[in-house]
Amino acid sequence: MSDTNTSMVEKYRNNFLKEVEANVEEGEWVKMCMQCGVCSGSCPLGPHWDHPPQELFMMIRAGKRDEVLESTSMWMCTSCYNCIVRCPRELPITHIMHGLAHYATRLGIEPKNQPTRKFAQLFWDNLARNGRVNELKLGISLYFMNGIVEGIKTALGMAGIGMGMVKTKRMNPMEILGGHTVKDKKGFQAMIKKAQELEAARVDN
Amino acid sequence: MSDEMKIGAYICNGCGLGERLDSGQLETTATRDGKAQVCQQHDFLCSEAGVKMIQDDIDNEGVNRVVIAACSRRAKTDAFNFENVSIHRANLREGVIWVRPDTDEMTETTQEMADDYIRMACAEAKFSKIPEKSGEQGINKNILIVGGGVAGMNAALEASKAGYPCTIVEKSAALGGATAQLYKKIPTKAPYADPEDTGVDEMIAAVEADSNITVHLNSTTTNISGAPGRFAADISAESGSTETRDFGAIVQASGFTPYDANQLPEFAYGKNKDVVTQMELEALAKEANGGAIKRPSDGKEVSSVLFIQCAGQRSKKEGHLEHCSGYCCSASIKQAMYFKDQNPAIDTTVLYTDLRTPGAGGENFYRSGQQKGVIFTKGIASEVVDGANPTVKFKDLILDEDNDLEVDMVVLATGMVPNSGQPTRAELTDMDSEDAEAEKAGEEVEIRVDVESILNLDYRQGKDVPHMANGFADSHFICFPYETQRTGIYTAGPTRRPMDSYQAREDAVGAAMRAISEAENAGLGRAAHPRVGDLSFPTFRKEGCTQCKRCTVECPFGAINEDEEGYPIYNESRCRRCGTCMGACPVRVISFENYSVDTVGQQLKNVDIPDEFDEKPRILVLACENDAYPALDMAAQNRLEYSAFARIIPVRCLGSTSLSWITDSLNSGFDGIVLMGCPSGDNYQCHFVKGSLMAQERMSKVGDTLETLNLEKERVQTFEISITDIHRVPQIINEMAETIEQIGMSPFKF
Amino acid sequence: MATKEYSFYPGCSSQEGASSSNYLKSVNTMCEVLDIKLNTIPDWNCCSASIGYCGGGELPRLALSARNIALSEQHNAGQDIVATCAACWLATKETQERLEMDGDLMAETNQALSEAGLTLKNENKIRHMVEVLIEDLGYDELGKHVTKPLEGIKIAGYVGCQTNRPFGIEGESFENPKYLDKFIETMGAEPVEKYDKKVSCCGGALAFSEPEKSQALIKDIIEAAYDGGADMIVTPCPVCQMNVEVYQDKINAKYGTKFSIPVTYYSTLMSVAYGKSGKEAGLDGQIIPAKKLEDIAGK
Ligand code: SF4
Ligand code: SF4
Ligand code: SF4
Repeated sequence: MSDTNTSMVEKYRNNFLKEVEANVEEGEWVKMCMQCGVCSGSCPLGPHWDHPPQELFMMIRAGKRDEVLESTSMWMCTSCYNCIVRCPRELPITHIMHGLAHYATRLGIEPKNQPTRKFAQLFWDNLARNGRVNELKLGISLYFMNGIVEGIKTALGMAGIGMGMVKTKRMNPMEILGGHTVKDKKGFQAMIKKAQELEAARVDN
Repeated sequence: MSDEMKIGAYICNGCGLGERLDSGQLETTATRDGKAQVCQQHDFLCSEAGVKMIQDDIDNEGVNRVVIAACSRRAKTDAFNFENVSIHRANLREGVIWVRPDTDEMTETTQEMADDYIRMACAEAKFSKIPEKSGEQGINKNILIVGGGVAGMNAALEASKAGYPCTIVEKSAALGGATAQLYKKIPTKAPYADPEDTGVDEMIAAVEADSNITVHLNSTTTNISGAPGRFAADISAESGSTETRDFGAIVQASGFTPYDANQLPEFAYGKNKDVVTQMELEALAKEANGGAIKRPSDGKEVSSVLFIQCAGQRSKKEGHLEHCSGYCCSASIKQAMYFKDQNPAIDTTVLYTDLRTPGAGGENFYRSGQQKGVIFTKGIASEVVDGANPTVKFKDLILDEDNDLEVDMVVLATGMVPNSGQPTRAELTDMDSEDAEAEKAGEEVEIRVDVESILNLDYRQGKDVPHMANGFADSHFICFPYETQRTGIYTAGPTRRPMDSYQAREDAVGAAMRAISEAENAGLGRAAHPRVGDLSFPTFRKEGCTQCKRCTVECPFGAINEDEEGYPIYNESRCRRCGTCMGACPVRVISFENYSVDTVGQQLKNVDIPDEFDEKPRILVLACENDAYPALDMAAQNRLEYSAFARIIPVRCLGSTSLSWITDSLNSGFDGIVLMGCPSGDNYQCHFVKGSLMAQERMSKVGDTLETLNLEKERVQTFEISITDIHRVPQIINEMAETIEQIGMSPFKF
Repeated sequence: MATKEYSFYPGCSSQEGASSSNYLKSVNTMCEVLDIKLNTIPDWNCCSASIGYCGGGELPRLALSARNIALSEQHNAGQDIVATCAACWLATKETQERLEMDGDLMAETNQALSEAGLTLKNENKIRHMVEVLIEDLGYDELGKHVTKPLEGIKIAGYVGCQTNRPFGIEGESFENPKYLDKFIETMGAEPVEKYDKKVSCCGGALAFSEPEKSQALIKDIIEAAYDGGADMIVTPCPVCQMNVEVYQDKINAKYGTKFSIPVTYYSTLMSVAYGKSGKEAGLDGQIIPAKKLEDIAGK
């Protein structure tokens, strides 16, 4: 993107830190990290992150804007909250991870093919439409999120699980036709819309 | 108390002793072998009745050597505390029944152990005298304080509050020291969020207002002679006048000198004016006085600044300081706040490897720095490139990449070099082996030093207090802070170890209190740490002395001077009663009233040595009373068993071990000897600095003795024991027993 | 004891025909025995769990939970809100906290809520069902209703993440909470001591998007239960339950293991111990049947 060419000097100015503080959920905490590494060591998927939380915080301070926002790292967060309860500085790390992911999405520079990103977006769309999550629809779109061929393979692979769920009445195939929703759909959607507008007004100016 | 010696032996039957041991037999041993004129048993000797029984004998029977055959000398000291008599303990509980199994087949060897300990205690009693006053004592309540920084001032204020008149000798023209040069100090009060006023002015005012405190500015101590209770100090003013004053004790608070940043050319110091030290930044901040700080080169208001932590510190590089100065991380946070508080838009970066913010509020202060937007980057600076703006090259240790940053100004967190004066003779000669040999041979060695002395002690061993790691004038830092290796002289503040001004202030309170207590101790002729209250002191038989100077050289506390002829002069109140001199003396002319070559030598001679064919070897254990003996006691408390053939004698310090004890015991048929001293080296634990090191050196000479006697060298072994080596001590004894089993009994049994 | 009433937030996965509908079934059974009345919040909506963050920013997500709380205030006035799902509880409680701390956010949230004709006071407590059981009833009371002690069953109490962190249950440690073990004991079964995956992550929602990585985590959780000699696993969280139960075949195929361990809810255990039928306890919802519980329930 735009500023891979920022000079080394610029990188160590705290502009990006300020951007994060202003625009990312709980971003004002980033500066408080003392680089102990407890969060990275406590994270269940830690080994799979390109840059575990501790490193992301340092990168933010070092102004590595694109590297942070385009990273797949924070999408690895399972929201286990292990880091939060262990961080000696009490940083709300989980929320910052979510916040960074959301902010990257808002800017349109998130890693588009990251599977969790896709799933998380589907989940949101699903709930924002009806007010409640429709597991079946979510599941089906999930299987097809990588395209139709992949989807059929995945669906077949998961068929055993699906059947188990259907048999035990924990998945209802009929839901595809309608299923769960809130009654006051109109009010619900207006509320979400308003919230989004208010937030946009705060973040984007 | 020169009247006739009368030994009273008291045998306790409590704590299971009565059941395990034949007390009738013990009584016979005490009277027949130990020659105790009085001997009594009691079922509960440390009870009021038991103690009264002993006291009655002291009062009515004239008993003046009390042998207590009960528990360890470290137990029940409050109960067995009799005045004007000497007290000797046969350790039958921790030393015998607790370390031996309670079985029928062991009864005999257990009883033999107990009998021997009674013989030994009686022998010790026979050869002990009751300490008498030397007449050297006299109380002087005046405290000399060298250095008028916050540590010195606070020492004076505290001592004065306690009623002791103080004299501050300050080299510069004003009180306040390094702290007076600061704009603000690291916070000392909750919430530890912002720099605080230094408070130096208030302190100076308090000192000046105190009629109990005399201040000499522009002055130094040009000569200090004497000993605790009777120090005589020459205080010389720059103008040339000198006055001599007497003091009871001394506090040295001579502070530090900032490290010379010219030794850091890689950081462009001296080349680029905008590379400054922390101390120099303080001056700039003082000048700005809350306004924008301007950089030295062109007076431009600083808009970005980078702090390089550990500049020339924590590094083994030539010319660098090895230690962490402890205050400079917090100081950089504070200085970054000078900028941030004035203008939050100023970029401040602290480049650190380990951020160390000691003290109660350290962590809060760090957080506050972060809160204010100071950027902390973990990295190592390699170079500052000179230019209109300095550029710092560094390696980012978290992101693992090389980086650089151009800033308006660079601040170097250089550390503190203690003002601890000259090294001692021993320190100098340790460094140079030729001199060391000459010094050991008793020759006069010319001491070459280019550092100015602070105290100018008129001590044979050197003009200043000995230094420990990295040149700091500390002593046994684990057990006895403030205590230097020169009795009656206490260090406080950064001369002792790196610290900030708040810690220095606190430190001074401790040092002042120690000085007061030593002035009092000296007045009563009592020993200071660690043999607190010991009234004995070393004396020597001049006729026998060969003027070899071993004692003067080896005394860890510089207590001994020499007269013109080279005879030792003891300064009783400088002495800590370790007995190192006694162990050092090749002709055995040094002794204490209650500790001598004989008090120990006679104990080992009175151990009953069975015939070679009895298959009952004897192992002599000489155990340091500060670490090894307590470890043995604790092993006993844990009922860890060891060989019934061991006979343990506590010594004040392994450094007091006389070679004659070794030869005598080998000659009288001991099969093995175990010496237990404390760990040596930089993190030594020896209460007397290097006793075990010296003992080891002396023991290296035992090899010859063994050879002449045609004995195996495994029979004599030295170990370093920490007080926590509870499981190791019995093991060592048992291993010696096994060794003897393998190599066979000593043939020297008569 | 008098009937206890709570405002109930069931959450999406508890809906009829959804993945933890059996949880709801057993909760209802259990509450009936314990004389707890759950008043479902009318027209509640999804909390967005912890995966809604991609599309949903902070404020829209807060608005979701705020709507539920506001509805509860309106219809179940004065009642504590109780959730059975860890994610629902956490999201709602987090919302409450954050709005309490931040006046601006609170104002904006109310502005959004007004679009749906609602206002938020943010006054009632947000609680997990487990808290209600421990704090409002207590282990003694829970034990009193046991008619069929679950003797001879060894159970690994898998607490998982979100019931435990960041809020957790008052008085319990994050690293080794004990309440689930105490439940197990109270029902007459034997807890696995030192179950070292007790609070490990199962991958949560990433079980969908990162199946291999998550299944590796799940494998460890199951393995540790077997190592502790467990006959079954019990959990308070629908995501945990589902993840640990349904992927066992896939894990077996990949790792050559022979896992087949039933995973139930604490409420299932309690319903059985309280003498209810397998159906009432939601045992028919088990993909891997909990035979030992079925046996007891069938007696
Ligand atoms: S645990 Fe907290 S302080 Fe430590 S590295 Fe992670 S965020 Fe920073
Ligand atoms: S909450 Fe997210 S970032 Fe934190 S430990 Fe769990 S998975 Fe890792
Ligand atoms: S206090 Fe900090 S800067 Fe100073 S030497 Fe120690 S670690 Fe380095």
